[in-house]
Amino acid sequence: MSGLHYQRISMSQEAPDHPQHEGTSVDVGHLAGLARLAIGDDASTQIATDLHAIIEMINTMQAVDTQGVEPLSHPLDSTARLRCDEVTESPNPTHFQSGAPSTVDQYYLVPRVVE
Amino acid sequence: MNEFSSLREMSAGLDRGDFSSVELTQAHLDRIQQANAALNCFITINADSALAAAAQADDQRARGSKSPTLGLPFAHKDIFCTQGVLTTAGSKMLSNFVAPYDATVVSNMAAAGMVSVGKTNMDEFAMGSSNENSFFGPVSNPWDHERVPGGSSGGSAAAVAAGLVAGATGTDTGGSIRQPAALCGITGLKPTYGRVSRYGMIAFASSLDQAGPMTRDAEDAALMFSVMAGFDPKDSTSAERRDAWLDATIANGIAALDRPLTIGLPSEYFSDNSNLSYIDIAKTELQRLGHKLVEVSLPHTQAAVPVYYVLASAEASTNLSRYDGVRFGHRCNDPQSLQDLYERSREEGFGEEVKRRILTGTYTLSVGYFDAYYLKAQKIRRLISEDFQQAFTKVDVLLAPTSPTPAFKKNQLTDDHVAMYQQDLYTVPTSLAGLPAISLPCGFCDGLPMGMQLIAPAFGEELLLQLAAQYQGQTDWHLRRPGDSA
Repeated sequence: MSGLHYQRISMSQEAPDHPQHEGTSVDVGHLAGLARLAIGDDASTQIATDLHAIIEMINTMQAVDTQGVEPLSHPLDSTARLRCDEVTESPNPTHFQSGAPSTVDQYYLVPRVVE
Repeated sequence: MNEFSSLREMSAGLDRGDFSSVELTQAHLDRIQQANAALNCFITINADSALAAAAQADDQRARGSKSPTLGLPFAHKDIFCTQGVLTTAGSKMLSNFVAPYDATVVSNMAAAGMVSVGKTNMDEFAMGSSNENSFFGPVSNPWDHERVPGGSSGGSAAAVAAGLVAGATGTDTGGSIRQPAALCGITGLKPTYGRVSRYGMIAFASSLDQAGPMTRDAEDAALMFSVMAGFDPKDSTSAERRDAWLDATIANGIAALDRPLTIGLPSEYFSDNSNLSYIDIAKTELQRLGHKLVEVSLPHTQAAVPVYYVLASAEASTNLSRYDGVRFGHRCNDPQSLQDLYERSREEGFGEEVKRRILTGTYTLSVGYFDAYYLKAQKIRRLISEDFQQAFTKVDVLLAPTSPTPAFKKNQLTDDHVAMYQQDLYTVPTSLAGLPAISLPCGFCDGLPMGMQLIAPAFGEELLLQLAAQYQGQTDWHLRRPGDSA
């Protein structure tokens, strides 16, 4: 960090309308399961530390008063355009499956799910 | 013609018959071949297809075509799907992915006769501010090879700064065009959200992602932007606009600015202790050009970084769920079950920063936290957007630093993720509001280039380019090259 000058976020770390969780404890195993990521015990400790720092940073936004403010999902506040219900593409599985890891008869092959 | 000729100068040379597109393209390929080992700014070099496209452009020119962009070499960030060409997004996950179709940006530039010489390196899935998160290794800053070029469009920025190409495409989700442009001493334009089609552009955060040009000067940025932009029915967020000035710009260049502007200086961007003397010089020059500078306030600026990292990570965790090892991309060896296939393919295919962002997004979207994080961030996003709207009732454009620091050393911030995220401090507010912004070289700090950022109301790119061209007509910061004395 030497030689770098940052404008540090100076808002309170308090989170007045913070949800029910205490502090920023992170259950990496649970999150990794939800995200379908295989994370070993060794990596898990470091990831927990990293996520803790990131979530602490994110929590500074809780200090902003948003009472009565509508959420903004599209940056220009517009809605997605609908197109006419017309077929514009034609299937070409040979072409589009050429990069697939494993296929048979235009199906994707994965390990057996039902024994 | 030298390695730092602009696209416009090359276009004039082609028009005069000084050289052919094949000769020009070969000269580019030779320079890339020579310099890429040291800079690592290209992941893929398309020598054969580039020379074939150049030969086709020469044929068209011989048959009377006068398009200013015909036969001009450039590079694509490796985030744009390019049919038949490796398209990796800087990730192991896509290290074997040959795109089966072209992104609209790719087809637009090909239709304009431009010649892609290759695909540039980038932070994995555009997540990063240093280009150190690429599976294909870090990119070196041409001004100092020990330093980063910025990110995520670091390969494009370094390629332009080093004179390997005069223009390259980039994408900007929270600053990924502007910050590397500033750190490499080039010009980078992030257009208004919806200006340039996202079809075929590998998604990071869909409500923020926007493609734009990275060039040596505003004239070339305008030329490339005019080719890249336009309504695309394949992108549901593409803006349905027909701006005549875009076509006029291709033919005639940027129209001269015909009035003095009121330029706002947001106090929140100038409140830290950094050495901003380079911006003071730019302010003086802008005043000398007849523009009026006034102080304005964007009061929610300090919340922008946390808001950005909630929204971008949430969108990333959703977008990147498509990489499951089933249909394309990396698959782990010998999966024992479908769950094992998903989890190990993703664990092996994604790098550390991508995993951090997926997990951050998963956390903020998980049961019980949605309102406190995602919804809260969307509400603050509106406040940030309204700050800009309020400011633009008083001023024509805003002026701010692009980056809080010059290019930093490789590995300097890799273990301090939050400090790395603060690199985006001056760029994410504009992204959250979907506004256009351009970064221009405007001085040096410790011998390294620094950039200033001009921000306009939505769809105000013409005004940005006009002001940038006027500024560059009176200054020479954009003409400084690596190796020059600062």
